[in-house]
This record gives sequence, structure tokens and C-alpha cells, in this order.
Amino acid sequence: MRISNEEYSEMINKTAPKSPIVKDCIFAFLFGGGICAFGEVLRTMFLNMGASEDNAKTYVCLTLIAITAILTGIGVFDKIAKIAGAGTIVPITGFANSVVAPAMEFQTEGRIMGTGANMFKLSGPVIVYGCSAAVIYGVIAYLFKLY
Amino acid sequence: MKKLDKTYILETKPLFLAGAGVVSHIEGQGPLGNEFDKVEDPSMGEDSWESAESAFHKEATTLALKKAGRTESDISLAFSGDLLNQSMSTCFSLKSFNMPICGLYGACSTMALSMAVGALFVECGLAENTLAAASSHFCSAEKQFRQPLEYGGQRPPTAQRTVTGAGAAVISSSGSGPHITAARFGRIIDYGVTDENNMGAAMAPSAADSIWNFLKETNTKPEDYSMILTGDLGYTGSDLLLQLLIREHNCDISKVHNDCGILIFNKEEQDVHCGGSGCGCSAAVVCTYIHRLLREGRLKKVLFVGTGALVSTVSPLQNDPVPGISHAVLLEA
Repeated sequence: MRISNEEYSEMINKTAPKSPIVKDCIFAFLFGGGICAFGEVLRTMFLNMGASEDNAKTYVCLTLIAITAILTGIGVFDKIAKIAGAGTIVPITGFANSVVAPAMEFQTEGRIMGTGANMFKLSGPVIVYGCSAAVIYGVIAYLFKLY
Repeated sequence: MKKLDKTYILETKPLFLAGAGVVSHIEGQGPLGNEFDKVEDPSMGEDSWESAESAFHKEATTLALKKAGRTESDISLAFSGDLLNQSMSTCFSLKSFNMPICGLYGACSTMALSMAVGALFVECGLAENTLAAASSHFCSAEKQFRQPLEYGGQRPPTAQRTVTGAGAAVISSSGSGPHITAARFGRIIDYGVTDENNMGAAMAPSAADSIWNFLKETNTKPEDYSMILTGDLGYTGSDLLLQLLIREHNCDISKVHNDCGILIFNKEEQDVHCGGSGCGCSAAVVCTYIHRLLREGRLKKVLFVGTGALVSTVSPLQNDPVPGISHAVLLEA
């Protein structure tokens, strides 16, 4: 007798190995926290070098993006991310990786239709909805004179 | 040929004359490393992963013909398929051979499908020699179905690793070797699985359906077989298959069941989660290891059930489930 889809789904839940959530969370906290702490070190360093507060923050982002791009390019980032999980995906490092990885992958389809067309394949939704959210927030801020 | 409901009994017993399997380093480091004809670099010296997969396919085809003592002009018709869009690796591999081609798609069940059709053509006297082949490549499959290789994501423990490799078999009406004595094409079975990272669970119900119906139609029991070999259910899928057969049909195949996705990698030492998958997984295992055991008489009767998950790059985004299909061929020493 065929079992129902619900019974099968229950059978899968009982049988399939589970992700080690506690371990994943601890590593995500340590790596994510580590990246943020490193960002703070960079910010202090740029401030001490005479950068303004705004510029120092921009330089921190640029430095983290550059490091991620290089680590992705030499094939190291995915090995770190395999352990770090959300720890490397959530900070700006995840965004940088999601641009560089497809840019590399689709090189074989050419510079225009390969790298060019696919570079923002993963990060495109973040840009679209990130910018849309910023516009909505801007309108609200303007209407209610938050600044 | 005799037909028992949906099962074809091949009375002339077409020969599984020769088989060849070519894989990449990671499969070569697995428990079956010494069984494969060649272990190559995953790039095969090509510029793209798709071309590399074609090169694996071409190498396996060349070796199978050589081992069978046949030339390409001896092959009446070649049956082959792979996972890439429009069967790209099959087409670009077989374009360099002078033989008629019939492309097939059965997702990861393609090797069992091509062997079944190839054997039926020989059985019906439509061909003296046919070629059955299939291939897959970890990198081209990741690129088409998942994320770029360098993307920093975590794979869930139910995920399987697509085998980089190809297998090819020459099926013939004359010569010596193991026989293909029955074939049964599967129907599409959908148990509503939507998790793309658990293909074993998506395919297990179709494997259970094909195995149960094959046993029922041929009036045999699991004990009558040396092995019931599924294609690429992996650890979770195999576990679910055994549970489903007991629950739905009170049929216990645990003593004779094995799975190519389990056989090909070492779970403890290789980072492959739930085992191997892809057309190349069962193709490379059946055309080398299983063929050798049958030839040497160490396995007498193997029911090879290729398992496929019918997933496209579009269907999950449109909230469609992942149905499964499983084709069975009976191999006898």
C-alpha cells in the first residue's frame, strides 16, 4: 500500500542526517565576530592614519572586499566558508564572494555573455532589493524629517 | 522475447560484452580506485568543464570498444545521455565516432536506460552490437544546477557528490561475457519531495516501485539475486528504500541491496556527505567493478536499478516537486 506524501515526509525527517546546528552556530559566531573585530582593527588603523570617520568606514569595506576577492580567486575562501557558514556569508565578505565566484566560473562563456552577464547572478537580488529598501527608507526619512 | 506485464524477458540473452569506466582523482582515491580503467585529472586538459566531461565520455567509449574487440563501424547504434542541457557531453563526445547515435535522458538513471534499450535492440535483432554510455562531471553539474565552485556555501549532510566520470558498455549478440536477461522501464513516481539537497529521498520511492514490480512480475524473491544494485541513492536514499519496501510491500531486500553511490566513495575519509550521484556514478561502477565480478562468476545475478531525479534548473523555482524514475536491467553471469 502506497504511503501518503505526509508519511513519507515524516520518514525522511526521521532518517535524514541533521545539520549540526550548535556547531554551525558556534563557528558562525566565531568567524563572523572575528571578521567584525578585524574590521574594527582596520577602522582604528585608518583613523590613526588620518582618515575621516566616513572615509575610514569605506576603506574598511574596500579592504574586506579586496581580501575576499583574492581569497576567492586563489580558491581558499570556499574552504573557510565551508566551516564558517553564515560567519562569512553575512558580512560584506559573502557579498564579495558571490560576485567573484560566478565571474570566475563563467569565464569559459566569454567576457561579455559569460563573466559580464553572470557576475551578478547571485548578488543581483541583493542589489535589487537592497537598493529598493534604501529608496523606501529614504522617502520615509524625507517625509518624517528624520534628518 | 517474452513480456511479463511491463518486464521484458530477453530470451536471446544479449551479452554485456565489455565495459569501461574513466573517473577523476577523487573517485580514484575511493574504495573502487583500482577497478577503473583510467583515473584522470578532472579538467582532462580541456578549457571548460563541459568539454572535460565530453573527454571522459570519449575516453570511456574508446576503451569499451577496444576491450570488446569492436570498431566503431561494428556498432549499429549507440545509446547515451548525460545531465547537461541538450545532452551536451554526449553529443560532443560521440561526434568524433562514426556511428549512429540515439540520445537518451533519464537523469541519473541514464546508464540503466541506455543498457535496457541497447539490449532490447540486440534482442529484437535490430542490431548486432550496440553501445550504452553515460557521463557526469562534478564541476559542470554544480555550474548548471547549483552554485559556482568558488561560492562559499555550506552543503547539508543529505547532499551527494556528483561523480566525475563516464562509463560505456558494448552489448552484443555474439562473444562471451555476462548477459542482460531482462529489462523493465520505470514510471515516474512523485512523493512530493521538494528538497533539492536530498535527491536520495526523491528517488527512493521510484526505486522501490521498480524493484517491487520487477520481483512481482518475474515471480522472484530478493534471495534469488546476488545483488540488487541501485544507481545513486546514497546513504539516506538507500535507508529510505529499505524502509519503503518493508512498509509498503513487506519486502526485505537489506541482505542483497547495495548502491553505486555508497560503493564509489569512502564516507569516513572522503568529504562526500551522503555518497556519490550522477549518471557517471552507476555507469562507471557497473561497467568496471560489477562487470568484473559477473565475468569472474563472483556475482551470479545482479538486478541493476538506475535511479534518476527528474529535476531541471527551472522546476524547483516554479515550486515543482522532484519526481523520480528508475529503470531496471537484470545482469547474469
